[in-house]
Amino acid sequence: MNKNKWMSFFGFSAVCFFAGCAWHPGGLTSLDAQTEAVVRSSFRPEGIVKLDALDTDETNRLCSAAAVRAEPLDEDTARRIEAENFNSIVMPPNGQFIGDWRKGEIIAQSGRGLTFSDNGKSPNGGNCYNCHQIDKKEIAYGTIGPSLFNYGKIRGVQDPNSADSRPIVEYTWRKIWNAKGFNACSNMPRVGHKGILSPEQIADVMALLLDPKSPVNQ
Amino acid sequence: MAKMRWIALAGGIMLANAVLAQTKDAAVQSIEEYRAMLEDGNPSDLFEAKGEDLWKQIRGPKNASLQQCDLGKGPGVVAGAFVELPRYFADTQRVQDLESRIVTCMQVLQGFDAAKIASTPFDSGEQKNVTALATWIAAQSKGMRFNVPQEHVKEQTAYEIGKRLFFQRGGPHDFACATCHGQDGKRIRLQELANLTRFPGDGVGIAAWPAYRVSTGQMWGMQQRLNDCYRQQRFPYAVFGSDAIIALGVYLGVNSHGAQSVAPAIKR
Repeated sequence: MNKNKWMSFFGFSAVCFFAGCAWHPGGLTSLDAQTEAVVRSSFRPEGIVKLDALDTDETNRLCSAAAVRAEPLDEDTARRIEAENFNSIVMPPNGQFIGDWRKGEIIAQSGRGLTFSDNGKSPNGGNCYNCHQIDKKEIAYGTIGPSLFNYGKIRGVQDPNSADSRPIVEYTWRKIWNAKGFNACSNMPRVGHKGILSPEQIADVMALLLDPKSPVNQ
Repeated sequence: MAKMRWIALAGGIMLANAVLAQTKDAAVQSIEEYRAMLEDGNPSDLFEAKGEDLWKQIRGPKNASLQQCDLGKGPGVVAGAFVELPRYFADTQRVQDLESRIVTCMQVLQGFDAAKIASTPFDSGEQKNVTALATWIAAQSKGMRFNVPQEHVKEQTAYEIGKRLFFQRGGPHDFACATCHGQDGKRIRLQELANLTRFPGDGVGIAAWPAYRVSTGQMWGMQQRLNDCYRQQRFPYAVFGSDAIIALGVYLGVNSHGAQSVAPAIKR
């Protein structure tokens, strides 16, 4: 046995020691396959949620697998996933980036929609306050995402429809539409990409963040 | 002069931060006080009493009690059983949690139809009885420390599958269990979130359920708790006693090794 063979033998043993190949021939692959089988046998459709909610894309599969290994995605994969998500972003069809901040606040407050106990008839919420501070008057905000208080003010937005504001307006649209275009394994839902909110609803949330008259920017 | 202004500015920012921190703490603190007040009158006592009664009562097509039920420590041994579940059972050749094991005993000893109970919605019919039994059985381990076994190969496999399920992103929101429960010190709205990927401390997560939920006025077992997590993740309906729910229970239970059980707890 030459040195390389020893190295690979040792590497395999080390993997098996930590991942527990001894339990099952095939080790990790087998555990992933068994998990897949468990998922397929453990859920049933209910209300508006069908079993296809369990089918997911490469972005989620790679991020889930990396989290199981307790390591970040490798740089090349992360950049590739981000590029794919970024390139799929759809800008507002009517060129309307900024809607009504009052409607945006209602959308940001609402966590409704797309669970099996929702009826699919009322509009979906954005779940924004679940994770972000937004209007300071709302003290019941979550902390999984960063604070968005003064979002537009901090970035110097005086008129969100002006040419000066265009870069930050476009960036914000893209971030809401598909946060994985910027951070492959972001915890943030891909709000536009997955159709959670309509383009009109996203424009209203944009106004909440960027309109100088919005309470967020006072 | 410039220096003075800097000091004043820095002082101002520090003061603002302190005020902000204080407001936050006040909100969280008042919720903690509310929870403490609830502790004085936890309605789970009523479910415990019902559960104890159901354990001893002659019921079902076979006219038998559950007193010979083996919860993992031998027939009829209840004290300490909860903190060692889920575990592998040789008779069913499955890893089972408390609730799925209760249903097995109801089938084997009393002649109930296990599949029918599993498909009964939570909080109705025999499911209500399963929850009451789980509440009483868990209460007999109150104050004991979690020691979920990892000896049998199927227990080890269940842990590994549970871990994969915990990090599995899916649904329209890309949510996994880990989205909310994978970091320290985070909140959803004002609800503090435990990091369940490691030891979460005494009386947290699996060491708190079954629990009485004030907001819904219901007693919930861990099966229902995890089913509702998946609902909020926008996943389909996680079937009672399914391998996914059991595997998650093993993952959470083993991560909580050494944690003191406070079940049945009271929740908002």
